Amino acid sequence: MRRGGLFWLFLTPVLVWLFLLIVLPHLDLLILSFRADGAWSLENYGTFFTEPIYWLTFVRTAAYSVITTFLTLVVSLPVAFFITKLSRPGVRGFLMVLLLLPFWVSELVRVYGWMILLRESGVLNYFLLQLGLLEKPVEMLYNDATMIMGLVYTSMLFMVVPLVSVMEGLDDSLVEAAYDLGASKACIWRTIIIPHCKPGITSGSIVVFMLVLGNYLTPNLMGGKNSLWFTEQIYNQFIASFNWNQGAAFGFMLLVLSSLIIWLGLKITGQRLGEVAS
Amino acid sequence: MQPDLVVSHLVKDFGTFRAVDDVSFPVPKGSFFSILGPSGCGKTTLLRMIAGFEEQTGGTIEISGRDMRGVTPDKRPVNLVFQHLALFPMMDVAENIAFGLKRRKVSSAEIRRRTEEILERVDLPGYGAKRINQLSGGQKQRVAIARCLVLEPSLLLLDEPLGALDLKLREQMKVELKKLQAKIGTTFIYITHDQSEALVMSDTVAVMNRGRFEQVGTPQELYGDPHTPFVAGFVGDSNRWEGEVVEMDGETVLVRTDEDLVFRARRKADAGKGPATLFLRPEAMLIEPVDASGLNTFPVTVRAILFDGANSRLLTATPSGHELLVALPQNRAFDHIRPGADITLGWHPQSGIAFGRGEGRP
Amino acid sequence: MIRSLPRSRAYDRSFVVFVVLYFVFLFAPLLVTCVLAFNDSDFPSLPWRGFTLDWFLADGPKRVGIFEDPDNLRAIWVSFQTAIWVSASCVVVGVCAAFLFEQENFRGKNFLYFLMLAPLVIPGVILGISILLGATTAGIYFEDHWNLDIELFRPSFWLVVVGQFSFITTFVTLVVSARLRKFDRSLEEAALNLGATRLQVIWHITLRYLRTSIIGSGAVAFLMSFENFNTTLFLVGSQPTLPINLYLQVRDGSTPVINSVSFLLIVGTSLLALGNLYLDRKE
Repeated sequence: MRRGGLFWLFLTPVLVWLFLLIVLPHLDLLILSFRADGAWSLENYGTFFTEPIYWLTFVRTAAYSVITTFLTLVVSLPVAFFITKLSRPGVRGFLMVLLLLPFWVSELVRVYGWMILLRESGVLNYFLLQLGLLEKPVEMLYNDATMIMGLVYTSMLFMVVPLVSVMEGLDDSLVEAAYDLGASKACIWRTIIIPHCKPGITSGSIVVFMLVLGNYLTPNLMGGKNSLWFTEQIYNQFIASFNWNQGAAFGFMLLVLSSLIIWLGLKITGQRLGEVAS
Repeated sequence: MQPDLVVSHLVKDFGTFRAVDDVSFPVPKGSFFSILGPSGCGKTTLLRMIAGFEEQTGGTIEISGRDMRGVTPDKRPVNLVFQHLALFPMMDVAENIAFGLKRRKVSSAEIRRRTEEILERVDLPGYGAKRINQLSGGQKQRVAIARCLVLEPSLLLLDEPLGALDLKLREQMKVELKKLQAKIGTTFIYITHDQSEALVMSDTVAVMNRGRFEQVGTPQELYGDPHTPFVAGFVGDSNRWEGEVVEMDGETVLVRTDEDLVFRARRKADAGKGPATLFLRPEAMLIEPVDASGLNTFPVTVRAILFDGANSRLLTATPSGHELLVALPQNRAFDHIRPGADITLGWHPQSGIAFGRGEGRP
Repeated sequence: MIRSLPRSRAYDRSFVVFVVLYFVFLFAPLLVTCVLAFNDSDFPSLPWRGFTLDWFLADGPKRVGIFEDPDNLRAIWVSFQTAIWVSASCVVVGVCAAFLFEQENFRGKNFLYFLMLAPLVIPGVILGISILLGATTAGIYFEDHWNLDIELFRPSFWLVVVGQFSFITTFVTLVVSARLRKFDRSLEEAALNLGATRLQVIWHITLRYLRTSIIGSGAVAFLMSFENFNTTLFLVGSQPTLPINLYLQVRDGSTPVINSVSFLLIVGTSLLALGNLYLDRKE
């Protein structure tokens, strides 16, 4: 087939983008992670496995990301269900707009909002003191529960939107038929709704997991000094210790972990990345 | 024998809109009962009330002698075959059929036995392991029915389940559904907007319009003796004239149409002197009748021949341009007729029906 | 169970309560931030000490409002410039990529498509450090071999643009591709048949068809760039973008100026988002 000039016009910028900005930098990341003191070495990865603080943080980050993803799913399912199957059609569009709006606002602003709500001199403490429910202010920031709440908050949208779109495709008459045949509510959820929503649950979970795992802002600001999020370790190696090779190794570990989990998720549900992306 | 379903004075309002307006009817055990009406006439609402998906505003629904008020759909001895069948795509055929039995905590050996038995009865033996998307339209139909029948309901409700099929399959399924119902003997309540489906399959048909039943009767009664102009126009094809009753004589009337033709026709009770509508079936008109005594006769011009096998017709027009469809028997007697020919039509006064105007026009 | 089935009142109520709580959860931090931007107090906290516009307008010496705060104003300006450059280049390359993946066939297309999706699954932080490392390596190479010192290869304004461009282009590609997939190609064939050249067809027919999705994805790219933190964090030089600048202020303690900046951000993004949504609806 003869290729027109247009083909090259389309191909060139795309190739430049993908090879110069995606492939080469990540190859560089991989190479640098195997170098120490100007020579090839496994030292950077050795440090990771011998220093408990590093691999513990790594495991902790992974585990909390899984928990956060699950909590996000639990919170989002009823909301998506309400919007698609219970709200009046006229209200539906309005609810969707309302749902999307906060997520257009910078993550930093949202986290800051939680900080002035929850900190010791924060708004929530003020109200609780005024109501007499507390005697002296409590620091609600800087603990794991708050950090997870913050992570759920920042990533909810990426769960709700795929759930809403997949639930919109659920034919009401399937639910009616199940009900007519004698199924209870729990049974309808288990046998009809959840199986139908599987693709949405998968893509939502993958995106949320990835975003939580790679989040820096929320653990850093809401988890405080003890947040021990792996991205912070990477940041410290790069900015504070200036040990870029070590940081590269950490970065590569995180990349492998997130790719692995995503690959597993796709494998288990038999989907392809292209389908999930759209 | 006690009827399976007795509906009395049933009313359903949505806000200020009355979807179902004082409907009463019994359905005898083992019969095939159809509710026929145009879309928006309230038939789906009526069916959903019987199934329990909607609650009535007034009136009662009794199934097998039990008042159903406050009984949820899963507790009613009634199952619904949905318009698009609503087979669960995430399960195979056997799981679909077993779904209701599992909910009743039937033992798994029993479930297997009854699933196989019902598949046998709908002529799909060995189909249990098939996925839903592997089935043809007609097979899906039968699985959907089997899924309900396996629960042995007193009533099976069907919500236009043939609507999604293509024409040929629909014709075939009409016959199959009728045979299936005769074989298993469960009472079927079938709603449709397709008069041919209703006429072919049913023992009894109720014609519904604007939330009310216009007429309940056998297909033959509805076709041969419609009680209202709506039924005359909706069931089967009809030619119609607007006109005026000029003379009354017991069972017959003399109608002068708007184009000044004068016909003798059967009188419906409400037709008095004054404006009237006259309905006449295409097959009631005889082409060039040999013996015209006692017939209404008038000249027409043939505009086109609409050949359709046994259902062939002539499109004709009266001198003043009123178009009429006339059945064209395929016995070769009329092969000489060409478009543009002038012919005489005749019809027996008993086959035209005159309704007084001013009520229930479609 | 669902709208078309009979439900108990308790069932409906518990759902409504849940959803109301969800929306309270969703909006509480934003609302508090906005309200406290107008509190006449030196700290962004309650009690309410009266309404003031000081945090927008005051010009010192005790209070400096956002419009008199050169530091934050410069950060806004930097973010704005970054976002303009990023969204413009993302749209150009994204449209090329959409055409490439939807309308052309070539060997290695699947591999390239997979690469195009990769930025979706690479955490932003990793992308940031990779590009930092890549740029630094390139910088050293250029300096060693040609003795060239190129600013682009050091953390700087342009490196931020490049870094954000590298993943936002994927989003633009996906949005434009989705629209292009629905395009009826017989329209192009008809135009070709009527004597237009391939380029004219694309210009007059296809791009016109894609216009709303291009504008929409451009707006999204603008917002994503304006608000990006994770990737930018590693690439920023002497000109911090607004999120980075705010982060430094939040980390070091808060003043209501942050609230007033946030207020402006919330209002601005909401307007942009609503505009985008309105465009979508008109489709």
